[in-house]
Amino acid sequence: MSDVKKFLYVNRRAPYGTIYALESLEVVLIGAAFEQDVSLAFLDDGVFQLTKGQNTDGIGVKNFSPTFRALGDYDVQKLFVERESLEERGLSEDDLIEVVYEDEDDDWEEKPAIRVISRAEMADAMADADVVLSF
Amino acid sequence: MAYEVNGQTVEHDEEGYITNLGDWTPELAEVIAKAEDIEMDDERWEVVNFLREYYDEYQIAPAVRVLIKSVKKTMGPEKGNNKYMYELFPYGPAKQACKIAGLPKPTGCV
Amino acid sequence: MSTLHTVNKSPFATQALVSCLNHAKAGDAVLMIEDGVYGGLGGTGLTEIMEEFGKNVSLYVLSPDLAARGLDPKRLIAGVEGVDYPGFVDLVAKHDRTQSWL
Repeated sequence: MSDVKKFLYVNRRAPYGTIYALESLEVVLIGAAFEQDVSLAFLDDGVFQLTKGQNTDGIGVKNFSPTFRALGDYDVQKLFVERESLEERGLSEDDLIEVVYEDEDDDWEEKPAIRVISRAEMADAMADADVVLSF
Repeated sequence: MAYEVNGQTVEHDEEGYITNLGDWTPELAEVIAKAEDIEMDDERWEVVNFLREYYDEYQIAPAVRVLIKSVKKTMGPEKGNNKYMYELFPYGPAKQACKIAGLPKPTGCV
Repeated sequence: MSTLHTVNKSPFATQALVSCLNHAKAGDAVLMIEDGVYGGLGGTGLTEIMEEFGKNVSLYVLSPDLAARGLDPKRLIAGVEGVDYPGFVDLVAKHDRTQSWL
């Protein structure tokens, strides 16, 4: 188990306006095959990636927000969302999609993967990671 | 490069994945399967339909590990295992079944 | 003479929107597109500034970009109007020039 590293993918960009958000998600999905401890962080405009009700029919771009809900299948169990970033943008946890994972250690019970945390806790999560990948 | 179905042509890439996901029909699936040397039966259709539903819900073709885990969850362990899935699709349950299902190559497959 | 200004960057990520508003003349229009649509949201740190500028310039967001981002038009600041693609064209036609804030 000593080979397992903590990976943190830091997402700071809004979806669709640039390619960063989609690229990050693709890298997460590919990286998940390596069975490391993977967490995602959403701060600044990155919190916009997780809003409910996205409908891209009018802009001719693929809506990738449903793919976040598959992350549980890829053993990604922690999506940290910074509370201050939400508040600065007039958003709350209720505006976000639901993402669940199944807890192996608790009879495969479904648990929420999104955890809204403070800026200070986000700083701790970053400091706690072995590898930080920024998008 | 293209498949031929009922006199219609359907474009595909150099690996056989169709270019426009909207072109897929069950008849096309039979044609792709034949090109892959696979005879479609109920068991294989079950997996292909499962993949299409997975894509519809999550907008991705799952990696093979995720596919087998999800099949195990919904269809039970007698189907959600490597042996069963590779018997149905010898060149990779995710890669080959996704091709037949008209989906993109699974994310993470090289 | 009036100008249609377009802004396609999030106001939380760059200064483009604020700089645009600081340079817009009374009677101009500002259309927020792509990630720029976040500038039209109510209840943010920018809402008050936007409301102030909205007294002199007309503020618009491109509705398909708003929908893509899961934002209900009800979240827009009062006075910010949604337009579709033909509406975008009408705005371009109605003003003497178009200036993009990138």
